[in-house]
Amino acid sequence: MYQAIVFLPFLGALIAGLIALAGAHARYPGGTPAAGAEDHAHGPVDESHARAAPSVEGPHAAIAPSAAEEHPAEPPAAGSLPAELVTTVFLFASMLLSWFALADVGFAHHDARVSIFPWIVSGDLKIEWALRIDTLTAVMLVVVGTISAFVHLYSIGYMEEDPYRPRFFSYLSLFTFAMLMLVTADNLVQLFFGWEGVGLMSYLLIGFWYQKPEANAAAIKAFIVNRIGDFGFSLGIFAVFMMTGAVDLDTVFAQAPALTGKTIAFLGWDVDALTLICLLLFMGAMGKSAQFLLHTWLPDAMEGPTPVSALIHAATMVTAGVFMVARLSPLFELAPDAQMFVTFIGATTAFFAATIGLVQNDIKRIVAYSTCSQLGYMFVAMGVGAYSVGMFHLFTHAFFKALLFLGSGSVIIAMHHEQDIRHMGGLKDKLPFTYWTMLIGTLALTGFPLTAGYFSKDAIIEAAYAGHNPMAFYAFCSTVVAAALTAFYSWRLMFMTFHGSPHDRRHYDAARESPLVMTIPLGFLAAGSIFSGFPFRELFVGHGVGEFFRDSITFAPSNHVLEEMHHAPYLIAVLPTVMMALGFVIAWQFYIRRPELPVELARQHELLYKFLLNKWYFDEIYDVLLVRPTIWLGRLLWKRGDGWLIDGFGPDGVSARVLDVTRGAIRLQTGYLYHYAFAMLIGVAAFITWFMFGGRLG
Amino acid sequence: MIIGLGHYLTLAAILFTIGIFGIFLNRKNVIIILMSIELILLAVNINLVAFASFLGDLVGQVYALIVLTVAAAEAAIGLAILVAYYRNRGSIAVEDINLMKG
Amino acid sequence: MIVPALFFYLFAGTCVAAAVMVIASRNPVHSVLFLILAFVNAAGLFVLLGAEFLAMILIIVYVGAVMVLFLFVVMMLDVDFAQLRQGFLQYLPVGLLVGLVVLVELLLVVFTWSIGPSIQQAVASPIPPLANMPNTEALGHVLYTRYIYFFQAAGMVLLVAMIGAIVLTLHHKPSVKRQNIARQNARSKAATIEIVKVLPGQGL
Repeated sequence: MYQAIVFLPFLGALIAGLIALAGAHARYPGGTPAAGAEDHAHGPVDESHARAAPSVEGPHAAIAPSAAEEHPAEPPAAGSLPAELVTTVFLFASMLLSWFALADVGFAHHDARVSIFPWIVSGDLKIEWALRIDTLTAVMLVVVGTISAFVHLYSIGYMEEDPYRPRFFSYLSLFTFAMLMLVTADNLVQLFFGWEGVGLMSYLLIGFWYQKPEANAAAIKAFIVNRIGDFGFSLGIFAVFMMTGAVDLDTVFAQAPALTGKTIAFLGWDVDALTLICLLLFMGAMGKSAQFLLHTWLPDAMEGPTPVSALIHAATMVTAGVFMVARLSPLFELAPDAQMFVTFIGATTAFFAATIGLVQNDIKRIVAYSTCSQLGYMFVAMGVGAYSVGMFHLFTHAFFKALLFLGSGSVIIAMHHEQDIRHMGGLKDKLPFTYWTMLIGTLALTGFPLTAGYFSKDAIIEAAYAGHNPMAFYAFCSTVVAAALTAFYSWRLMFMTFHGSPHDRRHYDAARESPLVMTIPLGFLAAGSIFSGFPFRELFVGHGVGEFFRDSITFAPSNHVLEEMHHAPYLIAVLPTVMMALGFVIAWQFYIRRPELPVELARQHELLYKFLLNKWYFDEIYDVLLVRPTIWLGRLLWKRGDGWLIDGFGPDGVSARVLDVTRGAIRLQTGYLYHYAFAMLIGVAAFITWFMFGGRLG
Repeated sequence: MIIGLGHYLTLAAILFTIGIFGIFLNRKNVIIILMSIELILLAVNINLVAFASFLGDLVGQVYALIVLTVAAAEAAIGLAILVAYYRNRGSIAVEDINLMKG
Repeated sequence: MIVPALFFYLFAGTCVAAAVMVIASRNPVHSVLFLILAFVNAAGLFVLLGAEFLAMILIIVYVGAVMVLFLFVVMMLDVDFAQLRQGFLQYLPVGLLVGLVVLVELLLVVFTWSIGPSIQQAVASPIPPLANMPNTEALGHVLYTRYIYFFQAAGMVLLVAMIGAIVLTLHHKPSVKRQNIARQNARSKAATIEIVKVLPGQGL
């Protein structure tokens, strides 16, 4: 069954990918985009008849010509419907199996370890493809499977006009596969495979509309920033292997307690081994989960289609870092310094991202910064030792953040690809279902009582209060302030988009509620935003943690955070709700009662406003500090190093010297006989001289 | 004074050198080259006969006879080639014979 | 004793002078004539050495045939002899140097050698004293007996040279009429004559 969960998306991806390749080949038989412009109506249809998956027949003959009339320049890819249906059906199957798995593993305690086949056997290094199924994995399977399945369904509607749908669905399924491999990994190298896989798919999906230069740049930025994190992650894996001699999790966890106190020589210092390992691994998480300092790629990643943002940059890829920290909890529990750093980074990110989200004008960017901030919350929880609480927030956040993204996508489609909230307004009546579902999502995000977010977010704040981490108090303050800020910007988005009067009459008139394929996921996710909270509270936060998670998360003997957070004073417990109300009130004041206030405020505090609007100038700082020197270095190595040095002294130099020598040698070949005779004479004279005075004769 | 073997050999050496000079110092035409070769062969013959005489051995003379034969044959062939070349190229100036240039 | 020396120096000097003039004269016909002079003097030297057969052969064959051949060719080819030696001086120093080096070395060999005492026993065919047998007969005694193979080989060489010379230079002028005897003989009556009965007064 677990193989089915993991490999069904892969199979779907392969089928959709083949359809995409066949379509591309039919479209451009010569291989160049300029070539296959003719005969697009008939060619793809014939191809699709030959290539469509046999079990799924669709009215693709009806789709191709009609869409061709709409887009004379770029016909839809043939076999789009089979690709969509196959991948979505597979994903739903995988999702249903994952729910069943959660019940099986979480409640019936059927942990499993499914070995697939050996991968690398080299000396001490033994790595095999194996699926490690415990509660932590099952929770992630449900998250990934559910969100991915609904995003697939949603994309059928969202990407309706796109000519490259098979490729898109292939990428989505392939991403899901990589993420599933990551969460089911039994060893660090397999986890890294999934890690890199999701990074790659993120690149491909962000840059899906690759004809847009901004999309390309954003994709590269995402990949490179991820890479920086992955570099730390690889170093962490190497350190683990060096210290324990193995990379599979069972062995590493067994040996972890023996490593306390050992040191590794690193850059000239002797540092504590476990702290170093955890810090390096966390560096990977910083990159993958867009934490402070390695966060710059997340807002730019909004260049990708909205379903991509919902799936990857809200629910799954960015949570890989959180998952990784939870999975490696045995190691982190033994490295309190690393945990302190995790808390610090998480708290800083929570605060910092929320401040930027206050003033953004692109609807997707607001939600992106919100994601960044919420991830910071999760890391705060991880840092203070409340791993299950962090996982709880991951679980609930997946639902309401994906809901918010998909809802934004619905708005964007309705406003015909308008993304600036200053041009929206008054959409409440035009898009009622979207409005109500997004309302539920916003309530959940801000932590309105009884929504899922209320339980998980407040749990984190309580855990931060109760934590013994040196950074715990800082984390507590940051998360509390961030709660207010979160409420403010979430309600700002809602008010400016759905309330008030429309700013763009033309788009407003054309706005229409989204089709059923898009609203069903919204509805389901809204249900999840409410119902994923209370029923699961005991399992993640309360007394059922031990029995639910068992060995998948380790708590150190000194770690009583979960206990202590329940004894937090009542004032602390309601503080987040108070903050939420405060944020709501201020937002209502700014955007409903007196809309001229924010503009006034921005003009009065122009410097601060600009600072927040430009994302704390991080992009500019990185550009000057890192990007330009790197480009300079690259150019130097290319022109001087590669061009002058290596080519000059290597192949080009050798060939040039050979030419010089031959040019000199050619002068001997005059063609005149007497020159040759002269040369012979000189040779004879030399020989005679040599032999007479050199020694043999004479 | 007694003319010894050394005198004859010296003479042969001088003739040999003159023949060598003739090959690469001439700029006029190819026939000079052929004649220089004849001079060289003559020097060799003188050498052989001188040795034959002073060692009292007829082998030298027989050898010189054979050399003479070969020289004659070679001169004939050389001239035939020259004639054929002249017919094709129209000139036997040494500067023009550089087809092998490269 | 002085007469042989005198004749030797006479012959030798003329030979060398003639050799220098061969390569130094402008007119190629002059070059050939000087070469003839050189050979004649060399023949004289051969006589001094007691190889009179060889001397005569030199005159008859070499001068009389080969040099005449040279003369023929020189006269036949349209040789421009009035040119100056332009590049001559450019190579003169180096060439002179190399040539002199060769000469000096040859002379060194000549004057620092000495004949070993055992050479006398190694003489292959001793020359009989002149009183007993003239040089020609002595040569004949050894040439057709001991050195017959070389003799025949020399003959082969000459044959090949003859064929080669003909092959290289023979060309049929298309305008020259020639007879093909075989074709003439193969002419048959039937192909050439036709007997026609002509009635009187009719004509052909």
